[in-house]
Amino acid sequence: MEGGFTMTKTDYNTAELVTVMSARALDDGKIVFGGAGMPLVSCILAQKTHAPTLTILFEGGVIGPHVEAGKLPPSTNEQRCARRANMLLSITDVLLLQQRGYVDYGFLGGAQIDQYGNLNSSFIGDPDKPKVRLPGTGGANDIASLASKILVAMHHEKKRFVEKVDFITTPGYLQGADSREKAGLLVGGVYQVITHLGIFGFDKKTRRMQVESLHPGATLEAVKERTGFELIIPEDLPFTEPPTAEELQILRELDPEKRYTTPKEE
Amino acid sequence: MVKPYQELRQIIENKDRGLREKVMSLEEAVGIIHDGDHVAAGGCHYSRTPMAVIWEIIRQRKKDLVYSRSITSTEGDLLLVGGATKHIVTSWFSPGVTWGVSRVMRHYMQTGLAKFEEWSHMSLGLRYRAGAMGIPFMPTRVMMGSDLYPRLSDIKEMTCPYTGEKLSLVPALNPDVAILHTQRCDAYGNVQSEGIPFMDADIAMAANKVIITTERVVSNDQVRRAPDRTTIPFFCVDAVVEVPYGCLPHECYGQYEPDYGHMDTYVKIMMGKGPDGVKAYLDQYVYGPATWNDYLQMMDFKNVLEATINGRGIYND
Repeated sequence: MEGGFTMTKTDYNTAELVTVMSARALDDGKIVFGGAGMPLVSCILAQKTHAPTLTILFEGGVIGPHVEAGKLPPSTNEQRCARRANMLLSITDVLLLQQRGYVDYGFLGGAQIDQYGNLNSSFIGDPDKPKVRLPGTGGANDIASLASKILVAMHHEKKRFVEKVDFITTPGYLQGADSREKAGLLVGGVYQVITHLGIFGFDKKTRRMQVESLHPGATLEAVKERTGFELIIPEDLPFTEPPTAEELQILRELDPEKRYTTPKEE
Repeated sequence: MVKPYQELRQIIENKDRGLREKVMSLEEAVGIIHDGDHVAAGGCHYSRTPMAVIWEIIRQRKKDLVYSRSITSTEGDLLLVGGATKHIVTSWFSPGVTWGVSRVMRHYMQTGLAKFEEWSHMSLGLRYRAGAMGIPFMPTRVMMGSDLYPRLSDIKEMTCPYTGEKLSLVPALNPDVAILHTQRCDAYGNVQSEGIPFMDADIAMAANKVIITTERVVSNDQVRRAPDRTTIPFFCVDAVVEVPYGCLPHECYGQYEPDYGHMDTYVKIMMGKGPDGVKAYLDQYVYGPATWNDYLQMMDFKNVLEATINGRGIYND
């Protein structure tokens, strides 16, 4: 049993599943900040399937690059990101596109997420005496403050899905209800959290995380077991459509060595 | 933190703006950095890192520098272990996503030996931009609500006098010295960078002094044939140093990709042995060689050749 599945063996791994589900969340004609690694694979998969006019931005200062299959850049700031781009601009200016309202999606991850979608990528433990000092926000705080819709892709583990993050590096809905708006963050917020077990959204009023659908083979029990807080569970819980053969084929061409689509060990 | 305008402006007014030659040695250029200075580096992460200057800073045993950079990679480890800084201002600090979390960074930050002042990527960029514009702060809509905010003593909020909206104010950052690497520059300091601009132009305008290292020093005539390519004007610049492969083992757009072999070797030492491993690395690669070119000779030619072929390949169709 891999990571909470009860069904017989699938022909895709959990990282591939999250990548496909994330790609499906991206609509055509939109603009997305594609982070390094799995998020980028999702963006290109979306371009090659249902969203041919989706434009990718890189935090390093790149608009609309053409990323070659098998040559995915391992960071968002190097020359491989710039290949056949529409425009190269300064880091500050590419991030400012969001403040003007040009960026539809931001794609984020983190060491921890809480029930309000806040993310931590700074400290594990007490920030003044941390058990682990993590690398930090990078552009995540900017993206989560300004992009219209935030997608979070994570492996579903109890140590990651915590009641309260040790540190809010990246704002979700802060303390819930209207606390995000009150803090001065007038736009955006977390739209979907995509894990290897299901897709999660946020209640419009309380801003608490709720289950939206389960991936084929995943069970509600497994989700609960791996979540450190109480989820809102609707009465009618649909299953997502499993990855298609076409999606998997494109995915494997993009990342032939599975550098970005190998499941994290638990 | 933010200097009064007249004081800040006086430094620039006192600068020699003459169209004069500023080519000098790496030793002389780094000599204009004083202990305790705020040094801001251009490029980002492992791209267009002014590595030759970092290398010389450590050799000259500079200390108590405040080091700022948009994203900090392996050069941050070297500066910490080399004793040049105990205070790094950045948005992200580790070699690179595929290489894991820096053990040196963790050691220094978790034990309180050094300070990691964490700003978001854009807010750090806006701090340099405010510095470049000669204004004391920039209003923005990021950082609010996060726990990054209360940890920074130099960030404030205001209610917008026009709309009543809450805004975050990031203070101007005017570094004492900017250290930037470019592909080509003339002897006067007209910089013509290619590829991703990162934050270099804002940092150059914000800083009181600017050191440029360049793959090639070209003639002023060559610059004048394509003035639209100039990214930093000569009068900002105080020192020009020709250092081929001046970013290695990091990359320089259109010239060479990172020397991945050397990066892997470094990361193995750093993650395996932590600060002690990096001390031994400094002895071998920084204190050991007599000159920058001797350092380059220690690189694996096959790796550098591959990095160069891939780097130039960006211009191929």
